[in-house]
Amino acid sequence: MSDTELVLAADGTPLKKKLAQALFVSRARAFGLVAPLLLFILASFIVPILSLMVQGVKNDTYSSNMPASTAIMADWDGVSEPTEEMFAALVSDLVQARIDKTIGRVATRVNREEAGTRSMFTKSARKARKLEPPFKAAMLELDEDWASVAVWGAMKVSSQTYSPAFYAAAVDADYKADGEFERLDPEDRIYVYLFIKTLVVALAVTLATLALGYPVAWLLASLPVRQSNLLMILVLLPFWTSLLVRTTAWIAMLQSHGVLNNIFVWLGITTDETRFSLIYNMTGTIIAMTHILLPFMILPLYSVMKGIPPTYLRAAKSLGATNWTAFWRVHFPGTVPGIGAGALLVFILSIGYYITPALVGGQDGQLISNIIAYHMQKSLNWSLAAALGGILLVIVLAIYWVYDKVVGIDNMKMG
Amino acid sequence: MRQRPQHFVLHVNRVGLEKILSLGNPKDAFVAFDHVQKSYDGEILVVKDLNLQIAKGEFVTMLGPSGSGKTTCLMMLAGFEVATHGDILLGGQPINNIPPHKRGIGMVFQNYALFPHMTVGENLSFPLEVRKMGKSEREAKVKRALEMVQMGDFAGRRPAQLSGGQQQRIALARALVFDADLVLMDEPLGALDKQLRERMQYEIKHIHEQLGITVVYVTHDQSEALTMSDRVAVFDDGVIQQLAKPDDLYERPENAFVAQFIGENNKLEGVVRAVDGDNVVVDLEGGMTAHALAVNCGGVGDRTMLSIRPERVTLNAEGPNSTKALVKELIYLGDHIRCRMTVSGHDDFIVKVANSSGHKHLVVGEETDVSWQIEDCRALDA
Ligand SMILES: Nc1ncnc2c1ncn2[C@@H]1O[C@H](COP(=O)(O)OP(=O)(O)OP(=O)(O)O)[C@@H](O)[C@H]1O
Ligand SMILES: [Mg+2]
Repeated sequence: MSDTELVLAADGTPLKKKLAQALFVSRARAFGLVAPLLLFILASFIVPILSLMVQGVKNDTYSSNMPASTAIMADWDGVSEPTEEMFAALVSDLVQARIDKTIGRVATRVNREEAGTRSMFTKSARKARKLEPPFKAAMLELDEDWASVAVWGAMKVSSQTYSPAFYAAAVDADYKADGEFERLDPEDRIYVYLFIKTLVVALAVTLATLALGYPVAWLLASLPVRQSNLLMILVLLPFWTSLLVRTTAWIAMLQSHGVLNNIFVWLGITTDETRFSLIYNMTGTIIAMTHILLPFMILPLYSVMKGIPPTYLRAAKSLGATNWTAFWRVHFPGTVPGIGAGALLVFILSIGYYITPALVGGQDGQLISNIIAYHMQKSLNWSLAAALGGILLVIVLAIYWVYDKVVGIDNMKMG
Repeated sequence: MRQRPQHFVLHVNRVGLEKILSLGNPKDAFVAFDHVQKSYDGEILVVKDLNLQIAKGEFVTMLGPSGSGKTTCLMMLAGFEVATHGDILLGGQPINNIPPHKRGIGMVFQNYALFPHMTVGENLSFPLEVRKMGKSEREAKVKRALEMVQMGDFAGRRPAQLSGGQQQRIALARALVFDADLVLMDEPLGALDKQLRERMQYEIKHIHEQLGITVVYVTHDQSEALTMSDRVAVFDDGVIQQLAKPDDLYERPENAFVAQFIGENNKLEGVVRAVDGDNVVVDLEGGMTAHALAVNCGGVGDRTMLSIRPERVTLNAEGPNSTKALVKELIYLGDHIRCRMTVSGHDDFIVKVANSSGHKHLVVGEETDVSWQIEDCRALDA
């Protein structure tokens, strides 16, 4: 519409403006209602995630504490012999870092890039004050490894405030001082395997919850209200029991002299010597996660099935379909949105599951989240933890995107 | 004559109907309910001793108020509910133990039950696919069925993209596409507006004639039942109150329920004073003495209800049933005038005065003569 045709309100102001004024108050009120939640989410969710993402690529432990060597190494190509100027800068940095009491952190940082260098730094820093030029010779006298290009390469990588080193480490690669990436030796690779293992476990749990949950959801949707309410309580029971109670129950059930194994022995499925190990390993992780996540599969399935009129099945049978055909061709396609929602929910939750594997997973049943927690709490390598977490986030978003393309997020029904 | 049933002029296919009516052996009928009972909860009989025989090619309607057990009967025939007692026979064979998908009965559901994830064409092709029919044959049949319901261009659409009436047609086509001999319809037109309903009634009837199929139809709309059916089974309380051709049902109701349920009816209550062959003399509560046909009224001293159709009452003092009436209300309806009057103490007595030339002009508050023939006055159960 051109300006000349502007529709005017009764008092002569343009109608659009008038409408915006009228809507402003109600919009402001609506915003006021959600503002506390918005702030809460911002402070407790968005900001932490963003700062985590930043941590994955940013680490200034070296550059802020060792400014002189950082500056001079920026021009170094990462392969040639370290020069006298570089040694001079290093010595002055070491002296200052010892005074500032930051040398320990710096040493730890470089040690992550090149293992076994920590003591070189602490030892040399202690003596750096007394060194005389030429510094290169003096340093080599302290420790001949100072001549090693690899050590300097590690320092150069550490000195980069923003570097892909942690993301590289998170996918079992080494970021070199010359800017190249190199895959680690097969025996040193851990994380890619763990990511794959986590995805496989998540898939297994998703399939297990689907297989167990589908018939239950069907029953829930077709039973009369009174019985289905009772069944629903049973389904939701895992939500209501405390984690410790549940864990204890699993241990009692699953351990090698637990209820299940005793029954197996009694039934002759196994012998006393060959009891199954069902807990403190991958099996335990999968069993426990399937149990906990089952409601997340059942509830969306139930809500979708509840909405499918039972006459569809009858119609299919009246048209000549056997029970199975009627189910597969008519009922099942209607439940796909529920399967999609449930599977997406369970899969994404399992990818990030931490506490259950930690409790019942033993050595073998640890997933990527447990390693992230380890780097957060034990090794204090937050940047690596952030990089691993960032990759996990990307995987989740990618799954979500694929789901949207294949099934369509609009088709999702949560209940 | 607004309430009179209007029959379609179409030639009604009544193969063997007369024979069936006179026979009684369930084995000779195409569909037969033989002493069927049904209870859902073990306490209440929803269907009580149902006996119904349907000839091949017949159009039988189950008519009755809500909750009278019509759907239950249809579901038992289709195989979705099990009869608690009695046999259901199809072509002389008991089908109690045959699962629904092997009965080969077409069914149209009240809310159509078209499969939402399939196109119209796929919906129609479904019964053919499960019968392992070849692709070209399937396509030909689907096309023919769609053309029969005048929906030839809609094969690619989804059910959600169709109007109610169009969905109705597709549901009908789907029930017919696999050449079922017997088609069940449970209030198929219930969700449509009046005009569309009437058109669909005509079309369903037409398809029935054309294909020679047997139709069992459920409705609680009496004009639908009367216009479409060869015979109507009036249900109430799990019992067939009367099973008859539409004109018989209207003109010769056999009990008070049918008389009241079908069409408009004047009821006058009284006690039988004397029985005289086919006729009875009844003392009405308002003091009048009436002569009526003894249809279903017991003996001397029993209570009875006289049923007289409003259009059979005349405004004169001829014959044995003649009395004074006070005009209470007049409604002008164009082709006739509906007149409510007090007759023998009943103030809801309706008379329809045809708007013919020279008819008597009534005035509210006026007293007039009314009379009716003995054969138009049926003494029924009270
Ligand atoms: N699945 C069921 N379980 C228990 N009772 C039922 C069930 N289906 C129907 N009934 C009862 O059986 C009786 C007859 O129901 P039915 O559906 O046959 O009635 P109808 O004649 O089809 O009524 P309408 O015209 O309302 O469809 C009703 O009282 C109903 O409550
Ligand atoms: Mg019904």
